[in-house]
Amino acid sequence: MHILCTTHTYAYGAWLGKLMKRALPVLTVLAVIVGIWYLGAWRMNMPWALQQAERAEQTLSTGELFKATMNQTRPRVPAPHQVAAELWSVTGEMAIKGRAMSKRSFIYHGWVTLRTTLTGFALGVTLGILGAVAITYSRVSEMSLMPWAIVSQTIPIVALAPMIIVLSNAVGIEGRGVPKAIISAYLCYFPVLVGMVKGLNAPGPQQLDLLKTYNASAAQSFFKLRLPASMPYLFTSLKVAIAAALVGTIVGELPTGAINGLGARILIGDQFGTPLAIWAALIAATCLAGVLVVVIGGLQTVVLRAMGMAR
Amino acid sequence: MDQSVISARDLDLTFQTKDGPVHALKGVSLDIEKGDFVSFIGPSGCGKTTFLRCIAALEQPTGGSLTVNGLTPEEARRSRAYGYVFQAAGLYPWRTIAGNIKLPLEIMGFSREEREARVNKVLQLVDLEGFGGKYPWQLSGGMQQRASIARALAFDADILLMDEPFGALDEIVRDHLNEQLLALWKRTQKTIGFVTHSIPEAVYLSTKIVVMSPRPGRISDVIESPLPPERPLEIRDSKEFIEVAHRVREGLRAGHSDDD
Repeated sequence: MHILCTTHTYAYGAWLGKLMKRALPVLTVLAVIVGIWYLGAWRMNMPWALQQAERAEQTLSTGELFKATMNQTRPRVPAPHQVAAELWSVTGEMAIKGRAMSKRSFIYHGWVTLRTTLTGFALGVTLGILGAVAITYSRVSEMSLMPWAIVSQTIPIVALAPMIIVLSNAVGIEGRGVPKAIISAYLCYFPVLVGMVKGLNAPGPQQLDLLKTYNASAAQSFFKLRLPASMPYLFTSLKVAIAAALVGTIVGELPTGAINGLGARILIGDQFGTPLAIWAALIAATCLAGVLVVVIGGLQTVVLRAMGMAR
Repeated sequence: MDQSVISARDLDLTFQTKDGPVHALKGVSLDIEKGDFVSFIGPSGCGKTTFLRCIAALEQPTGGSLTVNGLTPEEARRSRAYGYVFQAAGLYPWRTIAGNIKLPLEIMGFSREEREARVNKVLQLVDLEGFGGKYPWQLSGGMQQRASIARALAFDADILLMDEPFGALDEIVRDHLNEQLLALWKRTQKTIGFVTHSIPEAVYLSTKIVVMSPRPGRISDVIESPLPPERPLEIRDSKEFIEVAHRVREGLRAGHSDDD
């Protein structure tokens, strides 16, 4: 029993050590960012605090000045703890009150954005993979598709987004979900296309010759060789694509008069002059992106391990 | 001598390149009988690999005639007449060793039971029993190459074509694999075409040694080996062995004499 306990504790300790080893660099960077953020808030909010003090004919000590920059209602740069409090008030606090899906809740808006992001992602990934297959198997589509795919990414999405909304309205598509998903797909198909072209062409000439000696059909060489060989490339590009899909959705929510979604919250915060709301929406979007990338990363580990490709 | 397994007559293969035509093969004539172990040896650019690839219908000759089992190479490839072993093992990292050996069997439509039975049989042939469930990266280079030979043997073609299969392995592993290959050849009675640039390897393994020379790629000597079928590794110190090796070396040198 005693021995069992010891090994158990040891295993737990090792697990904790491993976690710390991975978390420490991330936490260090986070601490540095928060530090810089505080410094920035202090410096950027100082003029207003000084102005106020002058009007009230007061002189502020360094400590008082610092304090005065940390809790303004409309700061140029809100301090991290202010953003955290704001974020908590529109997420956790509302969830506790049972109003997670109210129109003020970021859980609701986050869900709206997430839903569109996933639709756009699915659409973009499908298009990217189909394009890559076409390019791999046909020289004509390689020469015709690829240049256009590259050109498509040079057009600023902010310019294109309103056109997509107008056009989809003109062809009778109701609501903003579909055009937003199209904008999202537009941004995220490209990394998948490029990654999969590379992945499907990863097998060398010797690998292809081997299948030729078996007299394998084109479908067999695709499903048995090219597709499995492309998996590591696929997951790498999916991580880029999911982040791009989220950016696309948020951009799609900005100029379209949408009132739901994190992008709409950023715009509304801007219009009403509430920097806390903008920053909270920004941080919420960042966290969402982080979670999505981590989910894809986890999926990558599971799939590649099941395929025996991760050691 | 009535029917050769592989028969080449005046075979030419010219590649058109930017710097003009390159004669990879010129006037190559050769007969390989059933059960022969034929080595192709020569410096790089002599066309030994190209000739093997012509037999496998991976290259198209530009002149002359070539038959494999009495068929054109293309027909022979479609009828899956040969197993091919490349210099790199080229195992799929996402398949286990057994899974890799099953690859040709799946493509050729063998039943599930048949696949299992054949995998076990060929794993035994290459001395890899018990390694079927391992992934390629868990095996040494020599073991990976043996697995790739097992993969080529799995569908039981009569001809085995090997392109420098042991070229990337160290001397000791190579000796061991050569011994095993001879034993395997004796047990399976296959016709083997074997490309190498090692004189001892060619002499030790072959019943027939084809010495080739470059520019244009051609056969400069064909040596029928006088060595007995039983060949322990020590045979390499015998008088006959040294004589054959000497003749191969002479042939290689003659091929080089017209070099700059």
